[in-house]
Amino acid sequence: MTSRLLEPLRQKPVWLENGVGLRTLFEGRAFIALIVIVVVFSALSPNYFTMENLLVMSRHVAVNAILAIGVLMVILNAGIDLSVGSTVGLAGVVAGYLLAGVKVPFWDSVAYPAVWVVIICSLAIGGLVGWVNGVLVSRFKVAPFVATLGTLYVVRGLALLITNGLTYPKLQGTPALGNTGFNWVGFETFLSIPVGILIMVVIAAAGSVMLNKTPFGRWLYASGGNERAAELSGIPVKKVQLSVYVISGVCAGVAGLIIASELTSATPQTGTSFELTAIAAVVIGGASLMGGRGNIRGTLLGAFVIGFLSDGLVIIGVSQYWQMVFKGAVIVLAVMLNSVEYRSKRVKAGPSSPSPGGSTVIDSSPDSDVTDPRTPLVVGSA
Amino acid sequence: MTDVPEVVLRASDITKRYGGTQALKGVNFEIVKGKVTTLLGENGAGKSTLMKILAGVETPTSGTLELDGELVSFDSTADAADKGISIIHQELSLCPNLSVRDNIFMGRELVTSAGTVDYAAERKIVRQLMERLEEQIHPDTLVADLRLGQQQIVEIARALSIDARILIMDEPTSALSASEVDVLFKVINDLTASNVSIVYISHHLEEALKVSEYVVVLRDGVIVAAESSANVDVPWIVAMMVGRDFDLGQPPSLAGHEATALTIDRVRVADPANPARLSVDGVSLEIRAGEIVCIYGLMGAGRTELLEAIAGRVPLVSGTVLVGDTDIHGLSIAERIELGLGLVPEDRQRDGLVPSLSVGHNMSLASLAGFVNGLFLSRSGEEKIVREGIKNVAVKTAGTGASIGSLSGGNQQKVVIAKMLLTKPKVLLLDEPSRGIDVGAKSEVFGLLSSLADKGLAVLYSTSEAAECLSIANRIIVMRKGKIVAEFGSEAATQNEIMAASGEQADTSRTNGKNK
Repeated sequence: MTSRLLEPLRQKPVWLENGVGLRTLFEGRAFIALIVIVVVFSALSPNYFTMENLLVMSRHVAVNAILAIGVLMVILNAGIDLSVGSTVGLAGVVAGYLLAGVKVPFWDSVAYPAVWVVIICSLAIGGLVGWVNGVLVSRFKVAPFVATLGTLYVVRGLALLITNGLTYPKLQGTPALGNTGFNWVGFETFLSIPVGILIMVVIAAAGSVMLNKTPFGRWLYASGGNERAAELSGIPVKKVQLSVYVISGVCAGVAGLIIASELTSATPQTGTSFELTAIAAVVIGGASLMGGRGNIRGTLLGAFVIGFLSDGLVIIGVSQYWQMVFKGAVIVLAVMLNSVEYRSKRVKAGPSSPSPGGSTVIDSSPDSDVTDPRTPLVVGSA
Repeated sequence: MTDVPEVVLRASDITKRYGGTQALKGVNFEIVKGKVTTLLGENGAGKSTLMKILAGVETPTSGTLELDGELVSFDSTADAADKGISIIHQELSLCPNLSVRDNIFMGRELVTSAGTVDYAAERKIVRQLMERLEEQIHPDTLVADLRLGQQQIVEIARALSIDARILIMDEPTSALSASEVDVLFKVINDLTASNVSIVYISHHLEEALKVSEYVVVLRDGVIVAAESSANVDVPWIVAMMVGRDFDLGQPPSLAGHEATALTIDRVRVADPANPARLSVDGVSLEIRAGEIVCIYGLMGAGRTELLEAIAGRVPLVSGTVLVGDTDIHGLSIAERIELGLGLVPEDRQRDGLVPSLSVGHNMSLASLAGFVNGLFLSRSGEEKIVREGIKNVAVKTAGTGASIGSLSGGNQQKVVIAKMLLTKPKVLLLDEPSRGIDVGAKSEVFGLLSSLADKGLAVLYSTSEAAECLSIANRIIVMRKGKIVAEFGSEAATQNEIMAASGEQADTSRTNGKNK
């Protein structure tokens, strides 16, 4: 009995038996889109496919990719985070505020916190915004769209209030005050790779390990796929929900710091509409807005598709208006392919049992690599 | 009954596949004009699938439908409704946020000359329908405010309002009281008198025999018998449905187990749909280690609410639950699982499985702590646990990485059970463990429970099929309207006693009523 039951396990994995060609095509559609983009723009402009330009473009991608990884966590949980763009602005402004010196009350002096203190404070602010979102959603049952739409406005307003609408310039600090080094991220390179890109790689690697190797990752996929089943399996679904918003907020904080460091200034308007680009990257990367499906690899690819497309359009001198049209078309196309993919899976599927209750159709095609820990991490593979 | 039966709808060689499972394997089915044909079969025999095909909800994989001798195909329920076929679904398909009137006219509202909805006319028709069904439901009442049986009446009223030539009733009486069932039967008689053909599906065999002229038995997607109901009796039907002498097993011996595993004391639980009402009202129960207890009751008797409250899904209004000697008041679901209390929920699609995860990941979901290596999940540890789970409950799967949706209902159910077994429970609660699984899988599941009980597991399962109580359970508890109304030992009870105690109308007086 035992040996007969276990026999199929020793055979080749199921996904191999299910039309590997078509699957790979769909799995890799973001990857294919990226290759198409690189090939087309390389043909149109000799400056596109150069190491220098690829690094510049990747640096632009890094910010959106970091945001998108945070948003991916929320979307895996079947939520949405619209507040990350505003959080980018607030995190930068908080850094600017602290670097410009904090008046100590009743002391008649100005304190200049060290850069590492500044960074921790900015990340903490990002986390705090996420925590508020998480509490609103998990505790007070506010719909994620509404809760984060609210914080989008509140956070942007706070950023404007702190600076009174102005910009904090010259964040490089003064050696005499001991707060130099903030522009390190924006200007340093390591092995001639800009630090911003490396931060993205580190966050992506950490996120991938978290999703695939830790219990938290499994909790997240499970509660996003079916919250009721996850809850009855003893998974702390509320804690998971709260955590993903905090992660998303911290990622937004990181992105805000990178931008402020690159510009050595902090403007409260920074990050306006970034949330939409981040969501677009996640969606192009194949994640389901219904939760439970998606991975870091796809999200990174999505961010690269958007970034390489925008920059390419700029390089070949397409007007800004057409840029918007192209970007929008690519997003819709990607999501369309997404739903085509799910529908083609559903055709093969069907109610798992001919039960009299007419059970809900669940997607039955093997989706082996969604949570497959062996999935290699592809970073900037172009 | 002497004239030659005229077939109004004929289904020939119907097959239906869902992924890997074949629900119907070449079915030939006839509906006779002006008569009631009862379709019988076990859970998962394919009854509902066949009816869905006849009503245009699903299209057959192959086979033909003939209506009045002409080939037809239904693309949608609206299509079938246009041709005079109406269906009362087993699960209620009403919008609770709308009134009775709105629900009955949903999608085919009566319109005044000004283009607005003619509420007065609709209301009048609803009143007439309710009079016919001898039910006092105001047309403007919200469906959410009706009790389950009344909602079923509304569903029936909606089907009647369509003036169908063929009316399919999929378990119309599951939540009705005895007097409501009598009224429904009167209505069915009226309908057949005016040449409406009816297909009737029920689990209550006596009831089905009483109301119908023809009996058709479906087993594993094949029609195994079609007879005039005058020629058959209940034991014959059971034999046909089950196909062989079917034994779901014997109660465990209880030998060597003394300790009380689960103590439920005066537990009260609010009705999730209406918090002002109680769905469990003062239930007390003790279960020993190694003992199997069955809760029998109708839909809405409070079985699910009781089990979910014990598992920690919904809070208790009052009362205490002890696992062993530990009061589990205020503990999270995870802490209860840790203590050895697991629930296999009633609706595995909704509460049991994560459709986007593989078989293995679904199975290990409740016991991730068992293979954490520092911060990380151990892949080999998980593989080991999952294989053990697959072996323990004999899941037939292409592999641990296979999609959960590729399994049959019975194997999915085994995965949910295996998931809880991997948490090493002392008390296992199962809410309708046989729902939507075939006969073979049912006996495997029951056999598994019985052997686990021999090893000291306390099992509490609920069911709505009296036959399932009289198998492996040491004790049978009957619940009705949130209270325990009867308790039987494994030998003492008969199906009729159990059903009668639950308020069901399967007692002898109903069977005698057959010779009308």
